[in-house]
Amino acid sequence: MLDNALRSNRLPAAPGVGYKPQHFAQILEHAKPVEWLEIHAENYMGDGGRPLAQLRHLSEQFPISVHGVGLSIGSEGPLDADHLARLKHLVSWLNPASFSEHLAWSTHDSHFLNDLLPLPYTDATLASICDHIDQVQETVGRQMLLENPSSYLAFEESTWSEPDFLREIARRTGCGLLLDVNNVFVSATNLDFSPQGYIDAYPLDKVGEIHLGGHDEDEDDHGHPLLIDSHGREVVNPVWALLDYVLDRSGPKPVLVEWDTDVPDWPVLREEAVRAQTALERIPA
Amino acid sequence: MSVSQTEFQAALLDAQVPVPSGLTDAVEQPAGRRFSVYRNNVAVSLTEAMHQAFPVITKLLGTQNMDGLAGIFLRQHPPSSPLMMFYGEEFPNFLADMPQLSHLGYLPDIARLELALRRSYHAADSQAAPEDALAVSPDAVMQARLTFAPSMRIVRSDWPIFAIWRFNTEAGAPKPGAQAEDVLITRPEYDPVPQTLPSGGAAWIERLQNGETIGGAFEQTAAETPDFDLGTTLALLLQGGAITSVTIERLET
Repeated sequence: MLDNALRSNRLPAAPGVGYKPQHFAQILEHAKPVEWLEIHAENYMGDGGRPLAQLRHLSEQFPISVHGVGLSIGSEGPLDADHLARLKHLVSWLNPASFSEHLAWSTHDSHFLNDLLPLPYTDATLASICDHIDQVQETVGRQMLLENPSSYLAFEESTWSEPDFLREIARRTGCGLLLDVNNVFVSATNLDFSPQGYIDAYPLDKVGEIHLGGHDEDEDDHGHPLLIDSHGREVVNPVWALLDYVLDRSGPKPVLVEWDTDVPDWPVLREEAVRAQTALERIPA
Repeated sequence: MSVSQTEFQAALLDAQVPVPSGLTDAVEQPAGRRFSVYRNNVAVSLTEAMHQAFPVITKLLGTQNMDGLAGIFLRQHPPSSPLMMFYGEEFPNFLADMPQLSHLGYLPDIARLELALRRSYHAADSQAAPEDALAVSPDAVMQARLTFAPSMRIVRSDWPIFAIWRFNTEAGAPKPGAQAEDVLITRPEYDPVPQTLPSGGAAWIERLQNGETIGGAFEQTAAETPDFDLGTTLALLLQGGAITSVTIERLET
């Protein structure tokens, strides 16, 4: 369980975007209403050069969120100690406003698969994930936020609902949560549950950050809609509506727009941040 | 029915392996095509990483051929770490072992050059030695030992790899000839700069990296390569900011 002194999420309850190096100059010139930036930790684990120089520069002007995509917290086996050490190094060097990772696995048997893979929600996986999060928070020396996945399938063996599973992880480890609203919408569509029902069951008081992103539309073998979390386009209207639903209940939170493939020019991404700003401003006082 | 990560991974990397049972849709029908989303994510993201890492190889082979090769490569050599910036270390040898590519003998060395450029890009920053560090007597220069920037790389080849690389990255670059080329990569600021080394230059630098003096390395190199051009080689290193320190032992008097 985490010491209270280590709870140090300092992101503002304002719009942020996922940082892409091609936007570096424009962000310095015309960031508004973007107030903070998120980076993928693994892209800044080289020894030096332009990536780290740009990050150092940006961190002097913006709160930075370090978002890991490769720690594989959901692995059946132990965490990769080398990778954990790299994360600790990056977080100590940058002292970011927030640090987050995923409820997923990506490494097995020393192979990194470069995707966020799903796991069943059982008492056994709960215990193992909590052990891993304890280890991460102790090693890195601060609280982490854990993000809900987008799901394309279900595990027969699961005995926990996802909101209950996340709530119990947060209770046992003291970690915070990163609520990806697009992931909730994608999973709800794919697995036939109500996204509002998910939010109602979800511990919004643990949320340190909200994610939004675009998804693609496909179908499964039976013609059932299958949404794919691609981060390659604008956030769709039903996801903005779900964000409103969340913010009405949670109050203001840091809201991030992710756009990772077919990355658009800065004004297009900035426009998404304007929409997030509008959503934050309309929250009743 | 529980699904182990070993089982899940085996089916991810090989579409011939059946989707593990125990994975379903919302009404407990087998997951089927839903599992393909993960298969696709893995293959597409690693193929994309290969395109980014090897743009010149991709250009030389064509995108479709590169996709096909990447599909085989990523299954034989899945990444061993989450640092995708370094993915593809085994690609040069993989290319060399492909009988269908044996008529393009230069490909493995072009891949080595592209790997070296990426390694240089992400290498630690360093401070070049002061410009006058070698402004000493000729005897003292010969006694000097050098240390080099972590971003410096050398790629030796029997093929005209620099000319091929340049022809495929720079509009209006001259057509490659047939000469062997050793390439020096320096990183004056943040962008790696590849240049051809004079004959013998790579061997001379490698001797210095092993702790030899400028003069000692010169004698050994000139014995192999009588026309070795020390001045040009040293100038390339100095201009690229690749020399980080100069140590001159006190001469016997």
